[in-house]
Order: sequence, then C-alpha cells, then structure tokens
Amino acid sequence: MKLLEYQGKELFKSYGIPVPKGEVIEKKDDFKKISNPLPWVLKAQVLVGGRGKAGGIKIAESVEEAERIFDEMVVKGVKGEKVRKILVEEKIGIDKEYYLSFFIDRSSKQYLMMFCSEGGVEIESIAEKVKKMYVNPLVGLQNYHLRKIPQEARGIAKNLFRLFIEKDCELAEINPLIISNGRAIAGDAKIIVDNNAIYRHEELPNEFVELSSLEKEAREKNIAFVQLDGNIGVIANGAGLTMATLDALNEFNGKGGVFLDLGGTDDVEKVKQAFELMAKANQKVILINLFGGITKCDTVAKGIVEFMKERNISQPVVARIKGINEEEAKKMLKDYVITANSLEEAAKKAVEVI
Amino acid sequence: MAIWADEKIRLLVQGITGHQGKFHTKAMREFGTKIVAGVTPGKGGTNIEGVQVYESVEDAMEMRPNASIIFVPAPYACDAVIEALDNDIKLVVVITENIPFHDAIKFVNYAKYKEATLIGPNCPGIVSPGKTKIGIFPNHIFKGGNVGVASRSGTLTYEIVNELSMAGIGQSTCVGLGGDPVTGTNFIDALDAFERDEETEAIVLVGEIGGTAEEEAAEFIEKKISKPVYAYIAGRTAPEGKRMGHAGAIISAGKGTANSKIEAFKKAGVKVARFPSEIAEMIKNDKKIW
Repeated sequence: MKLLEYQGKELFKSYGIPVPKGEVIEKKDDFKKISNPLPWVLKAQVLVGGRGKAGGIKIAESVEEAERIFDEMVVKGVKGEKVRKILVEEKIGIDKEYYLSFFIDRSSKQYLMMFCSEGGVEIESIAEKVKKMYVNPLVGLQNYHLRKIPQEARGIAKNLFRLFIEKDCELAEINPLIISNGRAIAGDAKIIVDNNAIYRHEELPNEFVELSSLEKEAREKNIAFVQLDGNIGVIANGAGLTMATLDALNEFNGKGGVFLDLGGTDDVEKVKQAFELMAKANQKVILINLFGGITKCDTVAKGIVEFMKERNISQPVVARIKGINEEEAKKMLKDYVITANSLEEAAKKAVEVI
Repeated sequence: MAIWADEKIRLLVQGITGHQGKFHTKAMREFGTKIVAGVTPGKGGTNIEGVQVYESVEDAMEMRPNASIIFVPAPYACDAVIEALDNDIKLVVVITENIPFHDAIKFVNYAKYKEATLIGPNCPGIVSPGKTKIGIFPNHIFKGGNVGVASRSGTLTYEIVNELSMAGIGQSTCVGLGGDPVTGTNFIDALDAFERDEETEAIVLVGEIGGTAEEEAAEFIEKKISKPVYAYIAGRTAPEGKRMGHAGAIISAGKGTANSKIEAFKKAGVKVARFPSEIAEMIKNDKKIW
C-alpha cells in the first residue's frame, strides 16, 4: 500500500523526522483557514512519480493565486490521477538537497540504504552517483553505515530505518532531504507498506487509493485481479499460469484485458465470485485455463455452470480444463463453453471467436 | 540421486492440524514421503492420518525428523520457521503465502546463518520422483528421470512437468522456489546443485517477470554450468507497475522485464520456449545430442 505524501509525513513526525509546516485541504474555501504565512507550496496528493514536472507542485504568492492553482490541479488532474487533496506547505530555504531511502534488495536478501548527495531529481537518472549500503536484517543498521553519509543526515537516517522496520515498509524514501540553515527536513515522503503486513498495522490509513474499483472489490474477496488494456478476460489458477495464458494470447495477436488468478480453491462460491468480477469487467471473451491440483476441475466447472445458469453471459467462454477430475468437468461444461485441449489451442480459439 | 530431498528424508509437518496440513500430509504419504511427526501448538497428543502431533518442534525431535514443511498461517509462519532452524533442522520448506517481507527476509538470513537449506516461502515445495515429495504438487504428474526443474511459479511447473512426463521425459528433482521477492533458495542455488548431481542431465528453469534472479542465473550458467539448460519466462505481456499475482512478479522502473530475462538466457546459450509446452518438445529433439 502506497501512502500519500501527507500521510507519510504524519508518520515522519511521529518518528521525530522534521517536515515542513503544512496542512491538507480538500476544498478551495479551506485556504482561508491556513495559518502558515505566504508564499505557499501547493502539492497535489497523488501517487505518481515525477509529480513536479507534471504540474502537481506549484508555488502561490497570494490566496487568489492559490485558488487558481487549486482549480487547475483539480480539473486537470496529475498524470491521469484525480486530485482530491492538496497539501499546503510553508516554503523553506534550500541550501542542499540529498536523497535517502531504505528498501528490500531482492538479490542480496538484505536491506539496502541508498544515499545520494544530489536530491530532488528522479533517482534513476543519477543512479551512478548513488551510494549503496547493505544492512543485514539480523543485526540492523550500524553506526558505521551512518558514518558514510554526511553528519547532518544521520539522525534522520536512523529514524527512517526504525520507521522502515516497525511499519513493515517495502520502501521508505525521502527525496529531497532538504538542508536548510544547517537543519535537515524531509521535503517529500514516499512510503510503501507491505500489503501482507497490513494486518498488524491498524494505526495506518487503510485506503487502497491506487486500485480501480474492480481491483478493490477483488482484493476484498481475496482474488488476484489486475485490469489490463485488452479485451480477453483470463481466469487461470496460479499467477504463472495466468501470465503464461496472457502471453499465449499475444502470440496469436490477441490481447488480455483481465488477469484473474483463481488461486488454489476448492470452493464453488469463489469461482462464482471470480465470474462475477469478470462479467463486470466487460470483456469480449472469457478464457479459462485450469490446471487442477489443489483446485478440483469439477468444482470449478460447477461454479461456472451455476453462474451461467443464474446470469446471462453474453460473451463466449473458452475453457481448457486439465488435472484432478477433468473428465467430470468436461462433461459438465460441454454445453456451456467452447472447449480446448491445450493452452495454445485455447488461446487461439479465444482470439478467433472475437 | 536427487538434489536437497531424497529417500532419506524424515519429514516433520508444522501446522499439520490445519486444512492444508491435513490434506497434504495424506497426499505426501500417498506419494511415498516418510512423515515422522507433526507439530501444532495447543494440539499436542492428537493424531492426524496416523501421524503423532507434538506441542513443539523440540518435543517432536524424538522422532528424528531431518526436514520440515511449514503450513502455518502467515502471521505465525516466521516463528515456526525459526523454531525449526533452532532445532537444527537443515531443510525447511515454507508453503505459506502472504508472509510479511520483513519476516521472510529475517528467516531467510537466519537459515543461511544456521547453514540450512530453506525453500520458499510461497512455494509448492520440492519433489524427487520415486523418492520423496515435500510440498503440494499433484502426485500423478511426475515421472522419475534425468531432468532437473527449478521454478518460481507453481501451476506453471505442473503444466511443464506434465508435458515432460507425457513426452517420456522424467525428472530428477523439481523444486518450486516461490513467487515472493525474497526466497531462501534461488535459481543459482538450484543450478549449482543440479550441476553437481550425477543423475541430472539437463535443467529446466521456469521464470517470470520481476527482480533480476533470471539475469543472475544466466551469468552463472555462462560461467559454471556444463549441462544443457532450457527456460520459459512468464509475463511477456505484463504492464509496468502492476503486480501480477505473485508479490515478486512486478516490473518496476523498467527493470525485471521478461525481455531482459529472455535476452540474458539466450546470450548464455539457454534455449527459451514461447509456450510452456515447447520445453518438452525442445528436450525431446535434443535428447539424442546429450
């Protein structure tokens, strides 16, 4: 789960990491309540990178100007994202800007601290100037790590690491880390909390703002569901097999519009829920690719048939069923779907039937 | 021979009284796995499928298990893994999915410190056909033989192994490495073990988008592997920034794409299949050569 900047900065404050004075507003009238003196920095609260360049960060010298900027941001949005909240911050003097982050490094299986003496820019563009320090998870951040970064950033680094661990972050990033009159202040906050660990953080805001409404619904039902930009909806069991099915469509010049991993289920209701989501996703064809292990083929077939009897599905359904109890499943589905014997055949038929 | 798991395995099942634990204890026994004990705190003294359930791993050690499989729910899985490692179990297979990353990174590093082999988390386990199965793979798809399989994806492995078996190509060991960003064993560990395993004559790698494990494997193959390697990569059509089911299957900042993995493998002389089923065809055609 990604936190919005203002949510991340709230967390920073509770970990003793200084942030500029600021308030969040949702409507134009709220400018009147801002106690910070002008000029203000207005920052659109959206979850996209490169927000500054896309017009999501602007300086207002007067209340009227702030109102104009508010209208502009809300109407235009930022990089396709709707702006619902704007953070209004004091403008602080900048002597230096750094980059600082902690994340999990997959290759080394360690935590990684990244520091750069240039901040405020996209980190990929200055990758070669970034200092990387590995932190072993069994012992944590040591003083020798901190001695490798400038004195004035060490306190914040120590606190940010504590936050990173205690809040189960995938990423905790400050870019820029501003030095103003000898004092370090977090100019921005990028925090991604591990979805698997949210159950132990009731104190965190639990909004999945980055998801579409169907994706949200799927998450509530515990179904892995991703919206893509094609028109063939794929239901398979297992993430790898679902991806392989989408790739196979591509080989026959088709394009997947939904990734739906049924997972290991032996529950008719879950199958029906998956179909419900797929029906809402409005695809031209539904393609089922099943390799039953834990998941029994006849259970899935039962779910499909029941759903199709209860609800009118206008689009064709292509099904390739393999594994435990496949014979029963094939018999049950015979009158309802277009059958296929292999992944390739199923992909080909799904593309042809459009 | 086989890698990591053979007929000498005496298995402990942690979380044996749960739905998955029960079901797969039975399935593993049917496969021929020697299961010597189970553990579920609070349920010690009971019995599942004829297997004695203990309160703790320490108590279960009287049955001399040398491997453990974890079916413990995610919030308690880290504790269970560390309990196994602290009792000097040298092979731990973690099936549980949705384990918090900070827990996984902790027990993965602890396993390394304890010089244990840890497979997973979020994996289907390990199978050496004819010898043992520590995992949740369907029993009937395997056939004993000389091809080693290492995979980051569960069902895709079933698909590929099934095609291999139907084509008459048996497997030495199939290991599911797991779909999470941080896992205990990775492709390099599996490649190294397969290279040294006398029985294994060819190796199949099943990869997917996300991370750089395949690129690192490709480099390792170029330098250290003499046996033929075949690969399939899932997620060629996945968009950037979307997590494709597995926690680890995500393309971020342009890194971890299927193309970069395919290119790396091709450069290392690995044959890369377009469809999962192509792997079996490729091996069948090449079998006369190796």
